[in-house]
Amino acid sequence: MGEYAPILVLGAIAAGFAIFSVAIAPLTGPRRYNRAKLDRYESGIQPTPVPEGGGRIPVKYFFTAMMFIVFDIEIVFLYPFAVAFDALSWFAVLAVLLFLVNITVAYAYEWRRGGMAWD
Amino acid sequence: MNDVLDTAWVLVALPLAGALLLLTWGKESDRFGHWIGTAASAASFVWGAVLFVALAGRDADDRSVTTTLFTWFDVGRVRVDMALTYDQLSALFVLLITGVGTLIHVYSIGYMADDPRRRRFFAFLNLFVAAMLTLVLAADYLVLFLGWEGVGLASYLLIGFWQHKPSAAAAAQKAFVMNRVGDLGMVIAIALMLAHLGTTDIARVATGVPALSDGVVTGLGLLLLLGACGKSAQVPLQAWLLDAMEGPTPVSALIHAATMVTAGVYLIVRSAAIYDASEAARLAVVAVGLVTLLAGAAIGCAKDDIKKALAGSTMSQIGYMTLAAGLGPAGYAFAIFHLVTHGFFKANMFLGAGSVMHGTGDDVDMRHYGALRTAMPVTFFTFAAGYLAIIGFPGLSGFWSKDKIIETAFGFNVWVGLGTLLGAGVTAFYMTRLMAMTFLGRKRWREGVHPHESPAVMTVPLVVLAALSVLGGVMLLGHWITDWLAPVVGEAHHEELPVPAIVLTLSVLVVVAAGVALAWATYGRREVAADAPTDREVGWWTRAARHELYGNAVNDALVVRPTGQLVRGVTAFDKHVVAGAVSGLAGLFRDASQGLGRLQTGFVRSYALVLFGGAAALAAALLAVTIA
Amino acid sequence: MNEIPAPVLEWDLIAPLMVLGAVAVVGVLLEAFVPRGPRFVVQASVAIGGVVAALGTTIWTATRTDVLDGDVLARGQVAAEGALSVDGPSLFTWGLLLVLALLSMLLFAERRLGGGLSAFTGRAADAPGSSGEAEATRHRLEHTEVFPLALFALLGMMLFAASTDLLMMFVALEVLSLPLYVLCGLARRRRLLSQEAALKYFLLGAFSSAFFLYGVALVYGYAGGFGLAEVADAVASRTQERPLLLAGVALLAVGLLFKVGAVPFHSWTPDVYQGAPTPVTAFMAAGTKAAAVVALARVLLVAFGGAEWDWQPAFWAVAALTMLVGAVGSIAQGDVKRMLAYSSIAHAGFILVGVVGATGGDGITSVSSALFYLTAYGVATIGAFAVVMLVRDASGESTDLDTWTGLGRRAPWLAGAFALFMLSFAGIPLTAGFIGKWGVFSAAWAGGLWPLVVLGVLVSAVAAFFYVRVVLTMFFDEPRPDGPLLAVPGAMTTVVVTVAAVATVALGVMPGPVLDLAQQAGAFVR
Repeated sequence: MGEYAPILVLGAIAAGFAIFSVAIAPLTGPRRYNRAKLDRYESGIQPTPVPEGGGRIPVKYFFTAMMFIVFDIEIVFLYPFAVAFDALSWFAVLAVLLFLVNITVAYAYEWRRGGMAWD
Repeated sequence: MNDVLDTAWVLVALPLAGALLLLTWGKESDRFGHWIGTAASAASFVWGAVLFVALAGRDADDRSVTTTLFTWFDVGRVRVDMALTYDQLSALFVLLITGVGTLIHVYSIGYMADDPRRRRFFAFLNLFVAAMLTLVLAADYLVLFLGWEGVGLASYLLIGFWQHKPSAAAAAQKAFVMNRVGDLGMVIAIALMLAHLGTTDIARVATGVPALSDGVVTGLGLLLLLGACGKSAQVPLQAWLLDAMEGPTPVSALIHAATMVTAGVYLIVRSAAIYDASEAARLAVVAVGLVTLLAGAAIGCAKDDIKKALAGSTMSQIGYMTLAAGLGPAGYAFAIFHLVTHGFFKANMFLGAGSVMHGTGDDVDMRHYGALRTAMPVTFFTFAAGYLAIIGFPGLSGFWSKDKIIETAFGFNVWVGLGTLLGAGVTAFYMTRLMAMTFLGRKRWREGVHPHESPAVMTVPLVVLAALSVLGGVMLLGHWITDWLAPVVGEAHHEELPVPAIVLTLSVLVVVAAGVALAWATYGRREVAADAPTDREVGWWTRAARHELYGNAVNDALVVRPTGQLVRGVTAFDKHVVAGAVSGLAGLFRDASQGLGRLQTGFVRSYALVLFGGAAALAAALLAVTIA
Repeated sequence: MNEIPAPVLEWDLIAPLMVLGAVAVVGVLLEAFVPRGPRFVVQASVAIGGVVAALGTTIWTATRTDVLDGDVLARGQVAAEGALSVDGPSLFTWGLLLVLALLSMLLFAERRLGGGLSAFTGRAADAPGSSGEAEATRHRLEHTEVFPLALFALLGMMLFAASTDLLMMFVALEVLSLPLYVLCGLARRRRLLSQEAALKYFLLGAFSSAFFLYGVALVYGYAGGFGLAEVADAVASRTQERPLLLAGVALLAVGLLFKVGAVPFHSWTPDVYQGAPTPVTAFMAAGTKAAAVVALARVLLVAFGGAEWDWQPAFWAVAALTMLVGAVGSIAQGDVKRMLAYSSIAHAGFILVGVVGATGGDGITSVSSALFYLTAYGVATIGAFAVVMLVRDASGESTDLDTWTGLGRRAPWLAGAFALFMLSFAGIPLTAGFIGKWGVFSAAWAGGLWPLVVLGVLVSAVAAFFYVRVVLTMFFDEPRPDGPLLAVPGAMTTVVVTVAAVATVALGVMPGPVLDLAQQAGAFVR
């Protein structure tokens, strides 16, 4: 069991931090509510109203969030690659290039289809 | 081997080509399509005759030719060839199928003249002939099964041919379901063969049988018997045959009298090696045959519908064949002999019935006939030939074939023999009744009905079949048929009879005469009421039959009030247990299906719950297995 | 610094996957840069070309595999550092998937039926029935992304069938599923139904993927590796902690059986098959099932073959239940697509009978019998859905079975083809379905599973009753006056129906070559 002790300690710290963060916020922070803040998808601005009787539903935030995740993951892969670059063969360079090309293709698709235009 | 007998595939190819041609050709072929169909069948008959002559010209031990057309599939150990065997047994069947088939094609030209879909009817008829020929020519149980399903399909299409009648569709459905039950037996039997012998080749199965354990052989025999029961309308799978009379009359003649329903008997005889090796399976065959022959005869007494009366008779006669086939080598040849003669006289009588219906505006109720002999003389005389043949009038075909079966049955067991003897008497009774009610006595025609003789295209086949019914007995001359079939089914060894054969023959004649006399006394001399009569006191048998008749007038009344009487008991068994089981099963599945539908709520949460439950159950099951 | 060795990739063996992946990526680029006018035609041609190229490469690869020495017939080798197995079953499945995909792509590309528009919605973002939707239709918009999406799904299927590593298998599972979720929601007609189907499929699919992943974790905990070969070794050598292994097997199986469509993981099938655009239904009914069955067989036989006595009974029960529920469920269906969905469940059961028969030897093996069954089932399924596409009324496809009454009078060839597919499903001799059933049943029988075979024969009798009833309604009842219009069959759909019908008959009459191919594929290579 001894070898699992660090994991347990880490778990305890994580749980403690989570509980602490949630518990401390109401005690220390100011409380200024407005309508936008209480609504779903709260981000400080008025949510886009849903059109009467259907129509197209704007997904602007969604696009931006997706883009963020894509590039986030790109970094997750690129960072260790950069760290271990000198130990890796040319194969790795090619693989990462291919990976970047694929990401770029998806990026190009979103760009051309107007995914980046806010209005 | 380059041999004329290798061309047996032509027999199948001709009607098949006819069917395809008729199905694909457009409306312009409506005018002459029926001639194409008839020509295809006739050509097949001519070729069958050529092959028969060639076969007969060979030595007795060289009369079985197997031709492999191509390998159907070949998976390592198991190889199934699309192979045909042309031997003494299949040669006889080929002639019967194509011969009677062609006559019925000719007859149908007249009978279906006014039907707008006549071309399609002929296409189905051709399809049926092709499938039936495949069945009897098959050298492999799987190929046989192919033909088996093919005739089932064609029969289904033809019973339901008059699709505007809901009863026809229902009958087709019923036939299909009951045949499926039989097919189940076939499929499992084939699987058993594969598992234990690694082959489905008929000849190799036959040689492999001695190596099998008794249990397996008996299992095989019983399973094949189940298949035979389905196709040949034997108890307990007989109920569909009566309903199948909803189809056009030529269909009843071809499929539900002369050919397809005999496939079960063919199967048993073809599998002789299996039945020879299992006493229990043979006994089951005899039992099924005996019960069916009595039940069918009883039903034949009860029906006012001329086609249904004949259908009951068909059941009964096939019961004779099945019984004979169950008697082992002593009976195989006689089963086939009776099958052939029955093919002649029953096709004859069905077509005669069709002719009567044609003349009376499609009325099937015999109580609306009477005195048709003057209005329809040709039909009357040809029908009379069939009638005399079936009751076993001395010298006619049925006399020889039935007499031989009764004799063999007595050789097997006295009680079985007595059963067949009784059957012969009842046969005489109901056929005389049918004859008297239809052709003799006083006119009971409905208003506006003016019976008239049918056109020549219908009467000529009747005459030919009548001649065959009269003369079919020649096949027994010098024991030709037994000698001819001996290489296929084995030599008959004669059992010791309890009484001399001549005494038996005489007693058969006496019983038959009694049956005729009784029927004549009831239906011939007295007036037959135009409506179903009330119960009257006339001899016990007639009363029982009357009860039958009474009950069957409203078909289901009998089901609700089964009495202790033998006839009623038999029919009640039929209705209750068998039909009930079949429709009950279908109903059960429908209910289950609807229950399942309720589970399919459409809510993703309940699906997820099912999925979760399934996962839990699967995990639990796996763990339980290990712990156990 | 230590060198990290580069992985060895057998480019020649995984070429089909590479070709397909490249074409799919090119499809995304085309989507971005080709103007709207010619885009549909360009995308369709590239997708079809890509599938044909991958098929060619697969055949080229297949000719280069060697037969291995050993007790049982096997060919091919493990590639890509143990992630994939390019063996006989994989190559057969790849070929099958590509052929089925080719047929499906033709259905995807069919534009003659819906007034010059494909079966896919013009602008998926529009709410059903909104003015935006009408506008999209007026501008004749079409989602041409369906082609790259389908290619990605196809790539996932091919990977799924060939994975010899549980993690690879999970990735493949997601690659095949995600595009399908999207595709399901893109129907032009009956949008709400379609969107509901997509959502249900996604939620339940994600749910089952989670089970699969959990199973992977448990098996890893037992075996200490992800490779199927490592797992097999662990199963053979470790005797303790069996419950961990079995729980892992069960959870893995949930994910796989979900894709196969086996009971009790089948609930999504009818709803999704009904709601999805019919070309997509055809594609996933035929393709996903093939990939999932092969993957399931591979996991069960390769990784857990040593513990078969433990898992077999549970899978017998699953197979039996699946056959029963599928056949019984189809009886009450009034909608053609739902009916076909239940029938696909029943077929999954029949295939499982063969798979869990688990036999080798010189007869038909469970793997090759399943491969042949999948072929027979796949062509008939795509053909049947192609017919469904053609039977239409003013609001699109007319899938209510009642409206099919008397179809045989009005369109004898079309109804004849459908009847043929029904007969093949029913397993009537001289159709592909008969040989398929024969194969799985004899494999199971040889494996000693006779109760399951008897049940299977019984169930197929029930099912046959139902299929023939459909044929009867089409041919023997009077057509209804308000019956569906029959769309003028476009060249693509006609080709698909014809090819499927010819294949169904050919596989029934002369199954030899394909059966031989399935036979020669041999066993899985670990």
